[in-house]
Amino acid sequence: MDNIAGQKSSLAWATNISVVALVLLWLIPTVGLLVSSLRERDQISESGWWKAPFPVELTARGRTGTQAAPDGDAFVVTGNIYDDEEARTYFPDGGGDVVAFGTRGVDPTEFAAGTTADLGDGESLTVNADGTYRWVTPEDPGDRGQRVYFAAQSPPEFTLGNYRQVLTADNMDRAFVNTLTVTIPATVIPILIAAFAAYALAWMDFPGRGLLIALVVGLLVVPLQLALVPMLNLHNRIGIGQSFMGIWFAHTAFGMPLAVYLIRNYMAGLPRDIIESARVDGATDFELFVRIVLPLSLPALAAFSIFQFLWTWNDLLVAKVFLPSDDASKVMTVKIADDLLGSRGGDWGILATAAFVSIAVPIAVFFAMQRFFVRGLLAGSVK
Amino acid sequence: MPVILQGIVTILIGVGGCVAYFYVSNYVLDRFIFPAKGENIGRNINRANAVRPWLFLFPAIFVLGLYLVYPVVGSFVRSLYGRDPEVFVGLGNYTQLFGSETFQIAFLNNLGWVIVVPAASTFIGLVAAQLTDKLSWGSFAKSMIFMPMAISFVGASLIWKFVYANDAEIGLINAIRAAMGFDDPIDVLQIPFWNNLFLMVILIWIQTGFAMVILAAALRGIPDETIEAAILDGANPWQLFFRIKVPQIMPTILVVWTTITVLVLKVFDIVYTMTGGNFDTEILPSYMMDFMFRDDGRATAIAFVIMIVVLPVMFWNIRQARREMR
Repeated sequence: MDNIAGQKSSLAWATNISVVALVLLWLIPTVGLLVSSLRERDQISESGWWKAPFPVELTARGRTGTQAAPDGDAFVVTGNIYDDEEARTYFPDGGGDVVAFGTRGVDPTEFAAGTTADLGDGESLTVNADGTYRWVTPEDPGDRGQRVYFAAQSPPEFTLGNYRQVLTADNMDRAFVNTLTVTIPATVIPILIAAFAAYALAWMDFPGRGLLIALVVGLLVVPLQLALVPMLNLHNRIGIGQSFMGIWFAHTAFGMPLAVYLIRNYMAGLPRDIIESARVDGATDFELFVRIVLPLSLPALAAFSIFQFLWTWNDLLVAKVFLPSDDASKVMTVKIADDLLGSRGGDWGILATAAFVSIAVPIAVFFAMQRFFVRGLLAGSVK
Repeated sequence: MPVILQGIVTILIGVGGCVAYFYVSNYVLDRFIFPAKGENIGRNINRANAVRPWLFLFPAIFVLGLYLVYPVVGSFVRSLYGRDPEVFVGLGNYTQLFGSETFQIAFLNNLGWVIVVPAASTFIGLVAAQLTDKLSWGSFAKSMIFMPMAISFVGASLIWKFVYANDAEIGLINAIRAAMGFDDPIDVLQIPFWNNLFLMVILIWIQTGFAMVILAAALRGIPDETIEAAILDGANPWQLFFRIKVPQIMPTILVVWTTITVLVLKVFDIVYTMTGGNFDTEILPSYMMDFMFRDDGRATAIAFVIMIVVLPVMFWNIRQARREMR
């Protein structure tokens, strides 16, 4: 309908190109995170993730050996720089081609690989691309080899090491379990409560119904922040304190307006005939709800569960307030925001990996259940 | 893991308790309080049906009342007291807040967020919805733009750290700068004024998908006749979009706009993780967290200010909802 004759192809081209650009723009940040989480940590700080498929130039240092062979009035030490223990620590998986070398820390890449560097006093050093070197010195080196700085290409490396570390150390595994522990009850419990209330608001007649619906709509936008202090005080007074119990209650309540609103909208849209005829047949409201309305409303229940799951999984605010701040009960968002970003701000590999671990589950749920999610969104805001 | 066990038990108690409550209360109502038999059968059935809605509603009303209605009052009352809950300070917390420079910055920044984020998200979402509408791979494109909706604000902030990082080998922006010949990396989150916009970009990135999905559905719902008529009258694609389509989905655009506005007023995570409110990027929700656990009086006062800002949206929403129910 949009395609006016004669303008079709150029417009289609423009549309395709703009959408490609938009999608790329939207995807690039996430791709960057994923790529970074799979890289060696040394490489992350040496080159941007967009250069991940290419070799990285790393600067390293080592010492030559001391096994000198006399050659005329000089001594010659030969060997491979990668045999040196110190140099090897920079390249745990074997070194790549040496690009340049030097003998002074201030200028570690003074000489190109393969050339012979004149170090003065008849001393000279050659380092080849494969790491072999030849050091000529007028004096017996004794037990101290020559200091060598060199830059080498490190091949692009991808590793699951970051994931191994994140999932086994740093209490991140604990945080993962904690997040699950918060999320599942907080998703399951509100559904039934909300479904009953939604049925009453959709299909039962009683004074004050309109007012209650208006109240629910109003509560949809009440800022959560308002509830934090009074409810935490209340939890403390009745002995729940900061605990999983408390956060389950809190999430249940904070998700309730959306649950009631969404499910009511859906139930109100069910065909009136079905409900009227069941009533005529003598079904009580309870039977009608359990046998007919609830099964028919499954899509709305699913939509709400996805919302609530994503919301509780991704929540930082409620977890910070209603859960204790000790390591044993931190959820992933708190862990990342407070621990990883705070004390280890520079460890990009761990940051990227932790972030990816925390977003992987919601993204999987999202893609698996996208249909329900979209349907829920639409029921919640378009009529 | 005892906590997991506790969780499973809670699910069982929670769900089982709900089922038991609804079943037993109905049973008791029908069998014992107002039995549908005996001499008063008619009256009893009527009475039972008058009570039943409240049985259905009670648990929901209870949690809503306790966790959302009571705090509105509770927070306001608490905000009238000082750091020490025994000391009544009247509106002291509010006057102190309005006098403090950080609060003014937070308030102004928040105003910026409320204007920029919903406008940008809705606009880009609308454009994306229109562009992907007729594409063969449109639903894939939509999924990709929609995906950030599933990502936590903390996760999103981390993702964007890799764009904003103050290092040309990590941050994309500085890499682009370096490629253009600027040698010194800059920390975009420390540039006054603009840093706020860089933070807003993160939320726009998240919320555009939401706007797009809803507006795409609204665009699909436009009756074909109006579009056909416009084409026959010689409207070009731009006119078709801005003069014919947009006015027809205006109500939906407003709903999307207000929904995002309300969300903006709640989000503290992005500022908290990216700058911690430093470099003049504080907004009200993150400013409140500065006082949380330290000075409940001030924290509740800020929360109440947020509530007052949201209030017009709330009334507008309620009016819309009532109108739809006729």
